Amino acid sequence: MKRIERSDKVRNGFHQAKWDEPIIFELSQKGERGIQVPHAEEEISAQIGDGISAIPSNMRRLVPPALPEISQPRVLRHFMRLSQETLGADVNIEIGQGTCTVKYSPKVNDALGRLPGMTALHPNQAEETVQGILEIIYKTDCFMREISGLDNFTFQPGSGSQGILTMASIIEKYFEERGESSQRNEIITTLYSHPSDSAAPAVKGYKIIHIPPDENGYPDFEAFKLAVSEKTAAFLVANPEDTGVYNLRVQEFTALVHKHGGLCGYDQANANGLLGVTRAKDAGFDMCFFNLHKTFSTPHGCGGPACGATGVTAALTKYLPGPLVEQHQDRFILNNSNTYDPTSVGKVRSFLGVAPVILKAYSWIMSMGAEGLYEVTKVAVLNNNYMYKKLMEIECVDAPYIKGKQRIEQVRYTLEKMTKDTGITTGDIQRRMMDFGMHYWSSHHPFHVAEPMTLEPTETPSKEDLDEYIATLTQVFKEAYENPDIIRSAPNRSVCHRVDGSGVDDPKQWCITWRSYLKKTQVN
Amino acid sequence: MKRIGFIVNPIAGMGGRVGLKGTDGLAAEARRRGALPRAPTKGQQGLTPLQNLDFDLQLFTPPGEMGEAEAKREGFLPTVINRHTTGDTAAIDTQYAAKMMRQRGVELILFTGGDGTARDIYSSIGETLPVIGIPAGVKIHSPVFAQTAARAGELARLFLEGRLHHFDLAEVLDIDEEAYRNGQVKTRLHGYLNVPVERTRMQNRKCGSPLSEKVSQNSIAFDVIDNMQEGVLYLVGPGSTTRPIMENLRLPCTLLGIDLVMNGLLIAADVNEKTILDVTKNRQFKIIVTPIGGQGYIFGRGNHQLSHRVLQRAGKKNIIVVATQQKLIQLRGEPLLVDTGEVSVDQMLAGYIHVTTGYKQQMIMKVR
Repeated sequence: MKRIERSDKVRNGFHQAKWDEPIIFELSQKGERGIQVPHAEEEISAQIGDGISAIPSNMRRLVPPALPEISQPRVLRHFMRLSQETLGADVNIEIGQGTCTVKYSPKVNDALGRLPGMTALHPNQAEETVQGILEIIYKTDCFMREISGLDNFTFQPGSGSQGILTMASIIEKYFEERGESSQRNEIITTLYSHPSDSAAPAVKGYKIIHIPPDENGYPDFEAFKLAVSEKTAAFLVANPEDTGVYNLRVQEFTALVHKHGGLCGYDQANANGLLGVTRAKDAGFDMCFFNLHKTFSTPHGCGGPACGATGVTAALTKYLPGPLVEQHQDRFILNNSNTYDPTSVGKVRSFLGVAPVILKAYSWIMSMGAEGLYEVTKVAVLNNNYMYKKLMEIECVDAPYIKGKQRIEQVRYTLEKMTKDTGITTGDIQRRMMDFGMHYWSSHHPFHVAEPMTLEPTETPSKEDLDEYIATLTQVFKEAYENPDIIRSAPNRSVCHRVDGSGVDDPKQWCITWRSYLKKTQVN
Repeated sequence: MKRIGFIVNPIAGMGGRVGLKGTDGLAAEARRRGALPRAPTKGQQGLTPLQNLDFDLQLFTPPGEMGEAEAKREGFLPTVINRHTTGDTAAIDTQYAAKMMRQRGVELILFTGGDGTARDIYSSIGETLPVIGIPAGVKIHSPVFAQTAARAGELARLFLEGRLHHFDLAEVLDIDEEAYRNGQVKTRLHGYLNVPVERTRMQNRKCGSPLSEKVSQNSIAFDVIDNMQEGVLYLVGPGSTTRPIMENLRLPCTLLGIDLVMNGLLIAADVNEKTILDVTKNRQFKIIVTPIGGQGYIFGRGNHQLSHRVLQRAGKKNIIVVATQQKLIQLRGEPLLVDTGEVSVDQMLAGYIHVTTGYKQQMIMKVR
């Protein structure tokens, strides 16, 4: 019998499922039901009434909601089909979503999150009945303190951006209490930090000052010196930035801000290459946030649920949103002193944050141990630099800044040469990579690096996985020179072919609800 | 029935291959050195995507290799507009063709050439009609061109199908070819053409989205206006980034000149250096400028009215530089530039400067 040919690493035979599945509202058939709820027995009705009239009349719907009417098997088929039309983390080699730190989320942690002891909890339960989850939250807080060097954490923020917003709120409250809020109205950040480091404090009304990179890709210190003044409320920065370049002089930056009376907040969304190596407090930061859904392995879950665990020094703990979980002897309690203190942030989200996410992060940290976390960082950095070296050997690939030096956990490459030679852009490559079942990401807009390609392998992929991704990219780059039409028409083997994107810039064509779709497509 | 104009500058690009750094006035020399025309092929490639439309298209072209021949080779039956001259084609032929096309009611002009051709189109029709450049010249500094000939054609098709929604003014830049041949780069801003803002096909593709670039310009304007002080005279410099300041003040604007504004009123339009020196004497004033796209000059190019004497009187702290982040990114890490002709003023401006990039948003940029 002939062996199956597996010498080529590239999946040229890949083809994604295409179900041409309608929108669920289009599947609705009047009267169709997933479940027929029986009428309550007389004895029960006598006790509780009809189950509706007890609800205050102003809270009752006059007409039922216009939900799709649909049977159970059709619902199941619908969502199974949709799941096959996505490129989820469980089916592709997740290297192509640079800055997102998409690593493997062990299934055992999901299983823990589904235990009845977790799912049946209600956040309004009395403290003494939820000691288990409070202990987990408290211990996760302690882990975060150890990892960052800071003194207290909140898990309320539901995302990295909300973590930044929480830091901005703490900054605001800090200067409000000192009577300096009208004077200190500027936040400094860098051009390669995440856009949320600008956007979140802008929401609070701060003026944002951006520091561009110098010729080596580090934030320009001379420009920074001009930016820092008595108007500076804080410096919010990512390090390493999205280029994978680590600013070695970061302590000089934080020291200068402190000298002028400002605070320093660390965006640690890019922390996967730092565990056990550097700590926020040691670099001079007063606060930071980690994304549990990135560095600490909890699933990204299609944009949520997430957690931007935000920590501060002891001096800033009084401004944190409440309640905070504390240990008193062998009990865990909710300290609400911050929650109702007008000089603190108060609250940024209900209750304590997304409890199952904290549980999964706790479980992952426990399974790794301190040595394991350090190993995560070492392997993530090794994987990234292996890939960096291999990709830089391809003629059309380059990466600006610190030539010949290692990057941390990700790299923002440039494909400018390929675009100049062939007209094929990074967006075209992104579409073509879908033909091999792979994600690929360019950069936030606007592009600071021309024709960018941002890759972050994390510690998850094996050398085999890395080689498959590199081989696939190499083949696609070759196609750009030898058979560009196959790229221009891509994706050819995905759920849909190239989409006409002209509507993206035309608000008249935007429909974000089914109702708006019906309205905008109405035939007169 | 849709109407578009199609112009080819048949000698565009000939100088480049034979080392002439442009073909202005040197077509014969380029031919003598063995240069072959490349623009007609490019122009033809630009027309290919316009085949098989679902509606009738009337294509207006000048005769011969200025458009008619290319159109016919692609299977079109163009309506020919007569040339202004006979013999070798000249700049005036492009200018004349664009003008006549506007008179004939075309909705868009697709032109093939380089920066020199863009200048000719601008000098003839200004910003009055949408245009798309097919890149074929030696110099492509102006962001009015598509990335490739085929993509220019695709854009034209989208436009005709009503699927291209955003247009904005893009700079028409050109270098002095004679100076360039002598080793000097002297860029000049000649004006603005009305081009599609589109991410994937235009050379201005790097903007976040067509909407965001426009929004950024407006948010810069709001920041400047909110910080304007009573009794202070503002000298508003040229450019598409400063224009929204005037628009949001509901004042007329001189796109290539300096306008004077005080207390929300237009004091004078398109003033020269002498007027500026007269009105700023013993008066508090501020200068609002934007760098030239892709070049980075904030003084010394395109705004000579803001002379070293004016700048000396203003001082660095009274200069407000405005630019979208996109515009600064296009400098590719290079600093902002000054060339006032007076070393001491250049030195005063050198170092770092705050640049307003949005509402309550700035970037610190190096100036050289």
